[in-house]
Amino acid sequence: MNRESNKHTYIFAAIMVVSVASVLSFTSESLKDLQNSNIKKEKMQNILSSVGINVSRDESESLYGDYVKEELSLKSDGSVDDQVNAFNINLAIEVKKDKDVQRFPLYIANVEDQKFYVIPLRGAGLWAEIWGYIALKDDINTIKGVSFDHKSETAGLGAEITEDWFIDSFNEEKINDSEGNFVGVYLTKTNNDPGNSDKLDNEIDAISGATITGDGVSDMIIERIENYIPYFNSLTNE
Amino acid sequence: MSKDREPLFSKKNRALLTDPLDDDNPITVQVLGICSALAITVKLEPAVVMTLSVIFVMAAGNVIVSILRNVIPTRIRIIVQLLVVATLVALVDQFLKAYAYDVSKQLAIFIGLIITNCIIMGRFEAFALGNGVWKSFLDGVGNAAGYGWILIVVAFIRELFGSGELWGVPVIPQFIYDLGYQDNGLMLLSPMALIVVGVYIWIQRYYNRKLIESD
Repeated sequence: MNRESNKHTYIFAAIMVVSVASVLSFTSESLKDLQNSNIKKEKMQNILSSVGINVSRDESESLYGDYVKEELSLKSDGSVDDQVNAFNINLAIEVKKDKDVQRFPLYIANVEDQKFYVIPLRGAGLWAEIWGYIALKDDINTIKGVSFDHKSETAGLGAEITEDWFIDSFNEEKINDSEGNFVGVYLTKTNNDPGNSDKLDNEIDAISGATITGDGVSDMIIERIENYIPYFNSLTNE
Repeated sequence: MSKDREPLFSKKNRALLTDPLDDDNPITVQVLGICSALAITVKLEPAVVMTLSVIFVMAAGNVIVSILRNVIPTRIRIIVQLLVVATLVALVDQFLKAYAYDVSKQLAIFIGLIITNCIIMGRFEAFALGNGVWKSFLDGVGNAAGYGWILIVVAFIRELFGSGELWGVPVIPQFIYDLGYQDNGLMLLSPMALIVVGVYIWIQRYYNRKLIESD
């Protein structure tokens, strides 16, 4: 066998590629169900945690239905599209579409007789995507809670957005200014309010060394919630 | 192949495991794999996860390349090696996503770093292509462990002084902060990893004189 011949090289490469491809696709296919159920449970866990219900990933599936009462997919004009299952909307694909054809998922949760609107978020961090959920109270102004996650922000810096001390600083913050106009919530380094005791300033103390991730968080909150304003307006007009 | 078989853990084979820990350490002596050593040593936990993944990928990869060493066409050997690493990493990723979802989230960022880790390609090229399966296995485990050892040392120092924590648990008592101590934020930035590795090399060469180049 001459292993330097072209024939050998081509045959070897072909066998190698085919066998690697079959091993990988076989593994991927056979593990798909387990992986998807993990992703689904995590999504439920994150939605619950934004309304203050902290459960393990395995418990989340059974408890989800107890709290989340409605799943709506909204059109950009604020009307509800009954044809689309809101839970199955993949925001990663959805945010790339035109606003007019996007469907905006909204989860309505009921915890101890209080109604919360949970809006899924998705935006860009420093290295890759960041996403999360923001839960608004019935006044559609006060934040009940948030949860964030990220693909590959820097450990110890941008990755800190998933930590409790950061997430908790959003609680009770307002998304509207004092005149009732929607302004979102900004991460800022200059508000002289590191304890976040001022809940009316629309500002959160930013994480040192994570400016770009922080700006991504501010941007995605504004960009995403904006799309739900027509729907919220239709609620108050009724 | 010699007729009289070498014992599995002969002195030479043991050296394959232990040399990379000190005398022939991939990071501090061969200066390979520095890039990932900078990126993932901010905290201890990801450093340990990375170490375990690299041990698996490197041992399995070295074995596969060693089995195929007589049929791999020389002209495309680098591509073949890359394919082996990429396949193993993708497999690890798939299994973690299914059975250890939380670990897989920890690891997600490092997948690319494992594939491009120069130590892995370096060992395939320098060792597995020319040695038997068992020796290649030992060499893979040894080098990955030598790499991981440095990761863990650096991560320990950076997490302790950078965030005052170890494995995410605060270890510096509150009264020290009350006395005016502050965590050193610089430790969390990549340049400090280089400096810590540099100091390690300094200390290592102080005790291990044969590493000092004579000029």
